[in-house]
Amino acid sequence: MNKQCKILLNGILKENPTFVLLLGMCPTLATTSSAINGMSMGLATMFVLICSNAVISLLKNVIPDMVRIPSFIVVIATFVTIIEMVMNAYVPALAESLGIFIPLIVVNCIVLGRAESFASKNGLLSSVFDGVGIGLGFTLALTLLGASRELLGTGKIFSLSVYPEQYGSLIFVLAPGAFIVLGYLIAIFNKLQRKKETISSN
Amino acid sequence: MEYIGIIIVAIFVNNVVLSQFLGICPFLGVSKKVDTAIGMGLAVTFVLTIATIVTFLLQKGILEPFGLQYLQTISFILVIAALVQMVEIVLKKISPALYQALGVFLPLITTNCVILGVALLVIQKDFNLMESIVYAVATAIGYAMALVIFSSIREQLALTKVPKALQGIPVALITAGIMAMAFMGFSGIDQVFK
Amino acid sequence: MAKLQSSFRNMFLSLTLICLTVAVLLAQVNKMTETPIAEAKAMKLQNAIREVVPAFDNDPVAASYRMPDGTGDSLLVYPAKKGEELVGFALNSYSDNGFGGKIQIMVGFDMEHHIVNYAVLQHGETPGLGSKMTEWFRDTNKPAQSVIGRNLSQGALAVSKDGGQVDAITASTITSRAFMEAVNRAYTAYSGSREDALSGATAAAEKKEQKTTNEGEENHE
Repeated sequence: MNKQCKILLNGILKENPTFVLLLGMCPTLATTSSAINGMSMGLATMFVLICSNAVISLLKNVIPDMVRIPSFIVVIATFVTIIEMVMNAYVPALAESLGIFIPLIVVNCIVLGRAESFASKNGLLSSVFDGVGIGLGFTLALTLLGASRELLGTGKIFSLSVYPEQYGSLIFVLAPGAFIVLGYLIAIFNKLQRKKETISSN
Repeated sequence: MEYIGIIIVAIFVNNVVLSQFLGICPFLGVSKKVDTAIGMGLAVTFVLTIATIVTFLLQKGILEPFGLQYLQTISFILVIAALVQMVEIVLKKISPALYQALGVFLPLITTNCVILGVALLVIQKDFNLMESIVYAVATAIGYAMALVIFSSIREQLALTKVPKALQGIPVALITAGIMAMAFMGFSGIDQVFK
Repeated sequence: MAKLQSSFRNMFLSLTLICLTVAVLLAQVNKMTETPIAEAKAMKLQNAIREVVPAFDNDPVAASYRMPDGTGDSLLVYPAKKGEELVGFALNSYSDNGFGGKIQIMVGFDMEHHIVNYAVLQHGETPGLGSKMTEWFRDTNKPAQSVIGRNLSQGALAVSKDGGQVDAITASTITSRAFMEAVNRAYTAYSGSREDALSGATAAAEKKEQKTTNEGEENHE
């Protein structure tokens, strides 16, 4: 169990896909105009990650090496299509606000990257935990980014008003704000990581 | 006249990177030097145009008539992956020089959200074949343009003093944000053509 | 178990097997989610109609038909009835001149040319600016910008900047203009529907009278 917990925490901190690996930037910037959107995107991606990691780990010895990338893509695309259909059926408003970024999960470098670098080389349980860990790391990063942008831009978090809307800067909810807030968040994350390293090395 | 509207919107008003957030990974990764940026821009233009045509025909010719729209995501991405492979092989045979210039970028393009993104958008916006092609080419031009501008700025940035925590990706993102702000100034320009 | 060799036969087999499994799986999930997706769409439409017309008890969607909107296109009209009596019309209108492209709105009129309410169905406007139109034009606390209750038989709606009577959204004139266009378009289709319905009602009433007279004559014989 300790091994699996380590894998889980790895995905959240040490190999956080957004702040450390810098993968999956497109949905990160596009779907974080509000906290709820960011969180939903993260959860949808986590679903795909867990399922595709699991299936690919199970099939890793049955897929010949030369066709592994196309096979991975087919498996990932299947789960993306499933989550797309399920979201359209049961949470249509949310599916509409995430738009084409739901089908674009299939080209999210995180999913294919994890399949290639982890799931194809590890057992089922580890792969599932990796999917959960990376997925959680992604979801937390997206929720944080979404909440920051929503708070700075409209004075709300998860649609709950923290301060009056007229004091918010609309720019944070628009395109430029995404780039700028993400840039600063990565910088803060880097600074904290470095501080932690200097403390642990002293 | 309508085509001009599509072109202006795709390049400036709704720039694929700075406004629609497609193709960010290579945007941040390939933009450290201007000549790699140009190479990537050309490769994207090439693949995007062909991919849009093929996926469009796939949608209208097979998926829609047979009611198989739910297979859209999976069939599109497989087509794109196969296409990029074929383009690589054909390019190697026909023009080794061009292959040398573009070759290294081609595998990267398969997972580039621009290709799949534009293929999906064109269906969503209900364009016909000609409009789709115009939109694809214009989008690629917008992408290449943003990439070249961005890489020129980054080449300059590499020579300046940046606070330690902001070095590398953070300052690049903030630069991209300011660029996005600048491009917002193009809003409404397509109304002139209406 | 060692990894499978990359022989042509193995590659072909494994890919085909995966694709077949996937195709079957997706077809299943598609079947399962088809109905909920269609239901969600229908619910959205029903809710929009309910929001914009006075209380009704018929099925406006089932009774819907198309009406010309004065620009060469036609709109979907949803008649709302209470019992046998028409109480209003909901119209699915649009404008292509929104800042971010097409705007789709449901506008509801009562039988006296007054706007009852509207609901924005779809738009691509800028969040915080044009997107405000979902509430801006029905803020009854601010009569200068609200379109609720306005009577369009006295003239089409326009923003104050264009010499009209409605205050546009601050810094979103283009969106506001597109919104007016959509409402006016709805009104044209509404007038056509209203006229048809009223003259049709008179014709039906006359037919009914004729029938009772005929039946009366038959009974006499």
